Amino acid sequence: MMEPSAVDRILERHGRDPANIIAILQDIQAEVNWLPEEDLRYVCRQLDVPFSKMMSLASFYRAFSLKPRGKHIVQVCLGTACHVRGAERIADTIARELGIHAEGGTDAALQFTLETVNCLGACALGPILVIDGEYHGGMTSAKATRLLAQVKKAGDNGHDDNGG
Amino acid sequence: MSADAQTKIRSPEDLAQLRQELQRLRHPERPCLAICAGTGCLAYGVNKVIDAFHAELELRGMADRVEVLATGCPGFCERGPLLTVRPQGIFYQRIQVKDVPEIVEETLIHGRVIDRLLYQDLRTGEPVVHEADVPFYRLQRRDILWMNGLLDPTRIDDYIALGGYSALLKALYTMQPEEIVEAVKKSGLRGRGGAGFPSGRKWAEVRHAHGDLKYVICNADEGDPGAFMDRAVLEGNPHSVLEGMIIGAFAMGSRQGYVYVRNEYPMAVTNIGLAVEAARSHGLLGEDIAGSGFAFDVAIRRGGGAFVCGESSALMQSLEGNVGEPRAKYVHTSEKGLWERPSCLNNVETWANVPLIVNKGWEAFAQVGTEGSKGTKIFSLVGKIQNTGLVEVPMGVKLREIIFDIGGGIPEGRPFKAVQTGGPSGGCIPESMLDLTVDFDELSKAGSMMGSGGMIVMDDRTCMVDLARYFLAFLKEESCGKCVPCREGIARSLEVLTRICDGLGQEGDIALLQELGETLQGFSLCALGKSAANPVLSTIRYFRDEYEAHIRDRRCPAGVCKPLIEYWIDPALCTGCTACARPCPEHAISGDKKMPHTIDLLLCIKCGACYDICKFNAVLIRSGESPSPLPGEGSGEGSVPSLAVEA
Repeated sequence: MMEPSAVDRILERHGRDPANIIAILQDIQAEVNWLPEEDLRYVCRQLDVPFSKMMSLASFYRAFSLKPRGKHIVQVCLGTACHVRGAERIADTIARELGIHAEGGTDAALQFTLETVNCLGACALGPILVIDGEYHGGMTSAKATRLLAQVKKAGDNGHDDNGG
Repeated sequence: MSADAQTKIRSPEDLAQLRQELQRLRHPERPCLAICAGTGCLAYGVNKVIDAFHAELELRGMADRVEVLATGCPGFCERGPLLTVRPQGIFYQRIQVKDVPEIVEETLIHGRVIDRLLYQDLRTGEPVVHEADVPFYRLQRRDILWMNGLLDPTRIDDYIALGGYSALLKALYTMQPEEIVEAVKKSGLRGRGGAGFPSGRKWAEVRHAHGDLKYVICNADEGDPGAFMDRAVLEGNPHSVLEGMIIGAFAMGSRQGYVYVRNEYPMAVTNIGLAVEAARSHGLLGEDIAGSGFAFDVAIRRGGGAFVCGESSALMQSLEGNVGEPRAKYVHTSEKGLWERPSCLNNVETWANVPLIVNKGWEAFAQVGTEGSKGTKIFSLVGKIQNTGLVEVPMGVKLREIIFDIGGGIPEGRPFKAVQTGGPSGGCIPESMLDLTVDFDELSKAGSMMGSGGMIVMDDRTCMVDLARYFLAFLKEESCGKCVPCREGIARSLEVLTRICDGLGQEGDIALLQELGETLQGFSLCALGKSAANPVLSTIRYFRDEYEAHIRDRRCPAGVCKPLIEYWIDPALCTGCTACARPCPEHAISGDKKMPHTIDLLLCIKCGACYDICKFNAVLIRSGESPSPLPGEGSGEGSVPSLAVEA
């Protein structure tokens, strides 16, 4: 949940124009990591958009999350190039490690969110795993397990190189 | 950064003068390290390499004499990070931070070539020194991509120095709008986004449509998995796209344009944004463009991650701030598109072709390609291929040339099985058709399509039923759900495919899939549904035996479908190193050190961890063969048909 003033800043940036509602939602999600209902209702009141339309938008576009996401975002690319190189195995492994569904979700402690993406356009490196924006190529299930362990252990202190 | 970004260009003379000045600052003989900083190379960690070069040059007091140029993606992603040392044109591949001091010392200072970093010809094993001689590049025709490796996409000056915006000035000052539309028509340019609609015809429709307000739109919502040519063009040379759009707007009488770009491509979003700002500050966008009196501006919109928004009418809905649902196109979007006004939507690569047509003339453009498909096309060559990357070739080359001559064939000497073109809407083409010439019409005849240019190569370890299931699973997620044939047809097809992959297929399933496919093709509202059956129908057409093996023998010949396979360790190859036992999450692998290990099939969850980690290729996958974990080794004939027990 954001301060109304922070939502207002985003609305101003997009000229309070309902045509820019997708960009507005993107900016809110960029700040709070998901789309809290209170913020959506606030935007609806400000832009005079029915809440039903807001929900149809927010649930239609894959990029939006209506549930809180974890501190770390783990994305497994399931583009065709990664698929033929065994990306499902990576997704399965991570889901098992985190105790969440292979199609994506967030663990109970709100530490990790697993998302699948349809192609990151870096197919030479497939299968690709992205943890908090950092790309890791040539993934295997063993490597993925190691990377997750590293992130878990590192907690908040710092970033390390991508293993190779 | 650059000299006078505030100088507005007010005439063709201004542009020519600016170009001259910029070229003077860029001696052709000045040493330059051109390093690919596209998304692929960034993922390899090229930023650290670039930083290391800056530091090394600073340390040696050479920073002001040598330029470090972070370029767009030249396409050879397989071998990234890529470096070209100019002026010699020495090409180094897979460079690492540790190579930096040596490159500066040996190559920059002493002019010596470092053999270790050279690319080796895959066929002859000979090292190749110069970029231009690498077969991957040499066999292409790079009319669009050539600039990517020569400029920093965040600097308009680089683009202008290379001749950029000359087409725009030519169009504004020497051509009538009607004449430009005519040139695009005669060039034979067809939309690069998938359907291949003749661009000139669309332009003429928009130009002659009623209404004062018209829009031009750039579709950069590149959603096909395994396709990244639009990303590379928009990231690597955004001004070429912008220039094409401004020319188009002038030709069609539009004052407002939009770029709808995929939010999963953050660098493309940034670079096109910088390009728009720079063009504005140079007087090439906004009011009174280059002093011609013509006004046009561009706004950038980020997509929400919906594949269907690559469809024109859905994209326009999304631009208006609505759910991206397509509509039936009894009335073309060129008549009533965005906000019910005439709109011309073209793909990134299509727009990037426009300056080329204006500069060189439609005659020169039409000389390249086939009867019905003119110019070049960029393909993204991915999957089981040696040289993953972007390949730009004239229309009409053979698939075989792309895959084997440019792409270098299949890794590890495995056999080629099929190539999938056209993304989720396309189809699979088998080996027997490798001599097919690649253009819009030939690919359609083969049951596939050009699509946006994704080309996914598959070897004998790709299961065609699983691939069809994969695409249908993708399309089920991405179907907007508005029309019944698409919403239900895809879901039912996926159910059938899933049960086949699970070893629960029934006689009659293939016919059922075909019937569902025909319904999808015939009655869906938009191209997503109409083409959704292509992956299924084309794999049935060319790989029916694989479907039958799954259904009748409960066997996955490629060893992919989890319920139909089992992992086993070949005792003849296992060295007993224990590497596989450690990552096994179920502790299903046992065996003494230095003795062959075995997998307990009752514990095994088929995660593949052992398969990935074994350095001796002793962990193998089999399907429909003897289930005994320690057979005396044979070809497994006359065996029990697999372990297909899965809920």
